[in-house]
Amino acid sequence: MTVTASDPGAGAMKNSIGVLLKKHTLLAQLVGITAIGMIISMVWEGAIRWPAELVLPLKFWLTDFFKWLGKEAAIGDYKFKEFTRSISWVLAQPLKWTEYALFRGIKMLGLPPIPWVAFVIGVGILGHWIGGVRLAIFCIVSFAYLAVFGLWKDSMKTLSVVLVSVPFAAIIGLWLGIWVTRSRKAAAIITPMFDLMQATPHMAYLVPIVILFGFGQVPAMMATVIFAMPPMARCVILGIQTVPSDVIESGRMSGCTQRQLLWKVQLPTAKRTLMLGLDQVVMQTLAMAVIASLVGAAGLGQKLLFSLQQLRLGAAVEQGLAIVLIAVVLDRLTQAYAYRQPQHLLIHKTWFHKHAHLLTFLVVLIVTFFLASFWKELAILPKKLTFTLGRDLDHVVRWISKESYDYIQPVRDFITVSMLIPLRDFYLWIPWLVVMGIVGVAGFYLGGLAVAGLTCFLIGMIVITGFWVPAVLTVYLVSASVVICILIGLPIGIWASRSERVARVSMSICDTLQTFPSFIYLIPVIMLFKVGDLSNIIAILAYASVPAVRYTYLGLKRVPEVLKEAALANGCTPSQKFWKVELPFALPEIMLGINQTIMMALAMTAITALIGSQDLGQEIYRALPTADTGRGILAGLGIASIGIIADRLIGAWAKERKAILGIS
Amino acid sequence: MNNEVQISCRNIWKVFGTNPEDFLARHNGQPSDEDFVNEGYIGAVRDVSFDVRAGEIMIIMGLSGSGKSTVIRCITRLNDPTAGEIDFEGENILDVTPKELIEIRRHKMGMVFQNFGLLPHRSVLDNVAFPLEVQGIDRATRNARAKEMVELVGLGGREDYFPRELSGGQQQRVGIARSLAVEPDVWFLDEPFSALDPLIRMEMQDEFIRLQKLLKKTIVFITHDFEEATRLADRIGIMKDGRLVQLCTPEEMVLNPADEYVAEFAKKAPRGRIISARAVMGPLVDTVSAENGVNATTKIGDIAAQVLNSDAPVAVLDDNGKPIGAVDRAMITDALFGEEG
Repeated sequence: MTVTASDPGAGAMKNSIGVLLKKHTLLAQLVGITAIGMIISMVWEGAIRWPAELVLPLKFWLTDFFKWLGKEAAIGDYKFKEFTRSISWVLAQPLKWTEYALFRGIKMLGLPPIPWVAFVIGVGILGHWIGGVRLAIFCIVSFAYLAVFGLWKDSMKTLSVVLVSVPFAAIIGLWLGIWVTRSRKAAAIITPMFDLMQATPHMAYLVPIVILFGFGQVPAMMATVIFAMPPMARCVILGIQTVPSDVIESGRMSGCTQRQLLWKVQLPTAKRTLMLGLDQVVMQTLAMAVIASLVGAAGLGQKLLFSLQQLRLGAAVEQGLAIVLIAVVLDRLTQAYAYRQPQHLLIHKTWFHKHAHLLTFLVVLIVTFFLASFWKELAILPKKLTFTLGRDLDHVVRWISKESYDYIQPVRDFITVSMLIPLRDFYLWIPWLVVMGIVGVAGFYLGGLAVAGLTCFLIGMIVITGFWVPAVLTVYLVSASVVICILIGLPIGIWASRSERVARVSMSICDTLQTFPSFIYLIPVIMLFKVGDLSNIIAILAYASVPAVRYTYLGLKRVPEVLKEAALANGCTPSQKFWKVELPFALPEIMLGINQTIMMALAMTAITALIGSQDLGQEIYRALPTADTGRGILAGLGIASIGIIADRLIGAWAKERKAILGIS
Repeated sequence: MNNEVQISCRNIWKVFGTNPEDFLARHNGQPSDEDFVNEGYIGAVRDVSFDVRAGEIMIIMGLSGSGKSTVIRCITRLNDPTAGEIDFEGENILDVTPKELIEIRRHKMGMVFQNFGLLPHRSVLDNVAFPLEVQGIDRATRNARAKEMVELVGLGGREDYFPRELSGGQQQRVGIARSLAVEPDVWFLDEPFSALDPLIRMEMQDEFIRLQKLLKKTIVFITHDFEEATRLADRIGIMKDGRLVQLCTPEEMVLNPADEYVAEFAKKAPRGRIISARAVMGPLVDTVSAENGVNATTKIGDIAAQVLNSDAPVAVLDDNGKPIGAVDRAMITDALFGEEG
């Protein structure tokens, strides 16, 4: 820090930068790393774009491996193909019977399927048993909609996949979860696998499944079961681990064996968490069953896909609404069941009283079966009795999009040309080496050497397998969306924390939005914005802003009342109270919400591939019909890697911050 | 109370850290307090030895973190001690197989927990019947027995309630009923009343005294409340930083505290209810007569009024009514308010 006499100004500046850097070693390192990276990239092109000839041909290896696995792999005489076939067979059996019951009927025996009237009333009875009259009415109206709008058969197809997949996913998840709580080794292997699986988008599962199991309903179920199982296992682990120690000890002192302790003490005590796990399984299963239409799964998803492809938006709206209604009904039912509390008043009822709902349903079933043999309309609603607003809706939608387009188009073009494209070009201009360096340093500061190593490794893998450009485009879409999500979500969350009424409304909207399968969000976007980057971003926004709102609200709600009172007693103005007391306290929670938003945005980028993009999602989408397994898997893992990097950085920060603040 | 020893603990250590066995071995089984600090180990229980006699109420008292809960968990094997021996009814409980341990817990031990540890999905009756259920006893038998227990703790009529529907005091009554359902030989109570409001706590202590009069169990009772300890205990053990500082009757503790720490507690003790006439009496003097004399085991709180109102010293009698000493006003006031007062 020498000050030369000839150039005092520059000297002073140097001096102050020196002091600044000394004060902020992190800043110094970031600046240093960036500078080094830029210099290297000036000398070596490869630091900007990894040379094509050096790309690790991992995707071809993977494609070949899966081809080999699907065709030739064998242990002795037993081919792997036969193994996959037998799995398919096992899954196909319960599916077959469920389909017989729900919509096929058994032709040979002349047995019709369960009459739609019986089914609608049955769902209503279930709703009444679990949640009372209001839920019952909601269930009946929703399912009646499916029948009346002629979507019954497709709905039943989708529901069959859900009904059969859920028990498989739940039981496997339960079993894995128990195993993890029992064995440290199992935990060490399975937990990171779940991290990876949950960060990998739905569609990436479909690619290898297609190679191994082909197209159709059963492969869709396979993918569904695999995809929906980790959340169950996680909830099992969480549930078992959060049983109060007093309860466990009392079980042990009562003389429970290990097995009795698990089944009679731990699992029943954790019932609510387990049921929330089941709820997640149901929702994930439905989401996957819809997306699996891409691999030929029949049902509502397929119909919706066709409608979108043919731009029959009216029909798409009807089908989308059907999916949404099924999702909300399933969600409300499992949620209500999870929060049901035992009551002593119910114990002394008679057998008839206790089983009133079941008996009513049986009566309804028998009566409708009987009546259905006279009036066929009760069994299957004939097409002429259903009606659709598809055509009219089409007109309405066309009119809306035509009328609004004049206003939307200039806005869209302005945002795209003057904001999005420069942002995208800037992202593409940054050398990967610089990104790696910055993320590495950030990782080191937030989570130590392990996090730095992991994040650098993941970025390195993306680079050398040749997925850098689509990965950057993914990050570009996600980061643009997440910023807007925060700009929307934070104020709403803050507003909700100030006003009971706003909280009630916004939280119930959040709850509902969260149950929609991601696919649904494409419908309004296509209607209004046509295709393009902005449409992608808006679809992502619609799907991913929920956690930003919710966590902000929860974080602020959790600020202890006494802290706010102390702030007021110390003479804070309302804005001081917010900025100096509430926000710092709630910040870790808010950051976790942003983390969640990033995860959901990433998941959504894979879906928006359907309406055109150039990111990793598009890579997966293109890999599907061409059976390009390696490309699909690596692109999926690329999305997962981005998610994991964000999660490790933000998660590490939030965890440390929470520890400092003493919030558990 | 007879003197048969039911539980005998010898040199129990419970050390937490990366390799506790090795740590103890390196220090010849006697690490000093500095060793713990230097090597980052935590000594929850340090070299604790004591006997519990059949039919007595032994109370282990200490502040949070003193290791009292860990001691009771070592005896019940909810935690395994790092070193030491524990003799339970003539059997080394640290050597039994897991199967035998389950049998011992099913028939010989009962335990009550601070936060009740009730199963939220079971009714009161099913909670109390739970220890019988896991033994495989048929429903009719176990329900009959459980009903008896529910009546015993005064919850008759609430058999079908769920824990959530009961108050804290009622929940702990269920916990007590459950712990007694198997008719255990030894009854462990880990801060059973600490989670309750003061008034309910008093009520539950009375309930406890009533039950013990009926059942006459051997009891190991953990508390951080000195008043509770002096009220219920036959003997009190005071723990500090994992060590048992003093183990004796409440009276000895008040009269001869082992160190400053114990003295600090003893200061707050209700002396009138703890100290007996025998402990404060002076030599027999000629002026007293056996008439109007007081029994030597009577607590001084109960005779204070009589002595203070009497101009002459009052005779102290043994169980046969024979005078063995005398107390006067000064002795009583000294004993009640301490020497300085």
